Amino acid sequence: MLVLSGIAIVILGFALRLNPLVVVVVAGVVTGIAGGSSLSGVIETFGRAFVENRYVGIVWLVLPVIGLLERAGLRERVQALIATMRAITTARVLLAYLLLRQITSALGLNALFGQAQMIRPLIAPMAEAAEERHGPITACTRMEIRAYAAATDNIGLFFGEDVFVAIGSVLLMKGFLQQSGYAVAPLDLAVWAIPTALAAFLIHGTRLLLLDRRLKRARSAAP
Amino acid sequence: MITLEHVYILTGVMFAVFAIGRALDRGSARRWRSAAFWGTYALSFLAGSYLPDLLNGMILIVLVVLAASGLAAADAAAPIAARREAAQRNGNRLFVPALTIPVVVLAVTVFAKWLHIGNTALLEPAHTTLVALALAVLIALALGCALLRVPLLAPLREGRRLMEAVGWAAVLPQTLASLGALFAAAGVGRVVGQLVTQAIPITNGSIAVVTYTLGMAMFTVIMGNAFAAFPVMTAGIGLPLIVGRFGGDPVIMSALGMLSGFCGTLMTPMAANFNIVPAALLELPDRNGVIKVQIPSAVLLLAANTALMAAFVFRR
Repeated sequence: MLVLSGIAIVILGFALRLNPLVVVVVAGVVTGIAGGSSLSGVIETFGRAFVENRYVGIVWLVLPVIGLLERAGLRERVQALIATMRAITTARVLLAYLLLRQITSALGLNALFGQAQMIRPLIAPMAEAAEERHGPITACTRMEIRAYAAATDNIGLFFGEDVFVAIGSVLLMKGFLQQSGYAVAPLDLAVWAIPTALAAFLIHGTRLLLLDRRLKRARSAAP
Repeated sequence: MITLEHVYILTGVMFAVFAIGRALDRGSARRWRSAAFWGTYALSFLAGSYLPDLLNGMILIVLVVLAASGLAAADAAAPIAARREAAQRNGNRLFVPALTIPVVVLAVTVFAKWLHIGNTALLEPAHTTLVALALAVLIALALGCALLRVPLLAPLREGRRLMEAVGWAAVLPQTLASLGALFAAAGVGRVVGQLVTQAIPITNGSIAVVTYTLGMAMFTVIMGNAFAAFPVMTAGIGLPLIVGRFGGDPVIMSALGMLSGFCGTLMTPMAANFNIVPAALLELPDRNGVIKVQIPSAVLLLAANTALMAAFVFRR
């Protein structure tokens, strides 16, 4: 039971909005010691896992390219281009991206797009510009559109990638079931991800269309 | 062979340049603290594979202490007039480097099988996509500098600006992954699994399904990772009850169980690389802004997964 104190610290720390890095390290130390490790043992586990997970940080390599393009006017160019396209709305931009993200992830190409390389430089500015065609938007609206853009990337990725047979989660399931005495084929697991993939497109897609409607209503309400 | 280690060195060099850039900016407040932070992170990329675990752990603690004491604010972006003027000058050429990244990643991942030098693969097979991403960035960078006629220092300066806007959140995903390792080592998963199975009287298949899918989502919210929740919930509830006692299908159960876990991932700050980092990257004032938008979709999808499992898992 004592090992659960780390979870309590995490929940409390996030609720109190303390610096998450500090919360996580304190929770780790408490959990480790409650689980019977020494302090140096905990620091070693932290160090090993931190180094093993460095691959998460590789995505930052794209920032110089994105920064360069933004300095050279990418956002403004996107805006100018979107302004000429009458059929484009915020929801349509994000719907098209959701579909593209789900299909490419289902084909195993989940590293093709992402928050740093697509959402920040292209998709979020397109979605914002689609609304800005009707006049200036408030900071609050801009932030909401950006949050929807980021959410669309996550949902497209999560509910597309499991349709691919060789993705990590499918292999994990196959391995775990095999260990427990159930031989299953990855393809069967992947097939059963399809209904949820469709549900994700319908559910999040509907919410995007509702966002469009809400934006339109706010526009006509404004003086 | 180009390996993941080479990509780590490239990333480390980039962070080292960011650190130097900050240290040379004489006017800025907290410049040494920020320079030390990015320099230490660079060290982890450059030397992490060769240092003992204890020292790597110390590196993490130094990063956390520096982050908690407050880092320098990012430089301001170029004024909008200058960017508009640049946009006019550069036109659609701007899209070339941006689209180069996905195109090169796609091409490299598809053709990696055939890239050989003698008998060794050119790219480390286990990490093709990460190596491909690094190659794509280098090509896009070269193309960008040539097309837009800027010196190489410009992307590094703008890259540092964006990185400093993200700030300490950059190392949060890795730190959380380390916490997951500590939780696993201390047996947190086993204890939670026992608690859930003891607390809920599971008398029929539907209750077992609901407990399993909600348990997957909630456990993922706590751990920040559905991969950590899956073995615990499946060994605790899924296999013994849904499959064992009530005769459900393990394939349908596992597939939908994992996807229920993904719904949890959408709702938790513990999944920092999906939820907290994008909020920082898009400069949202609310750290939980992305999570708040995701929660309704996640809850509805969790309900959909539960309904699908209840409907299909028991008829084979």
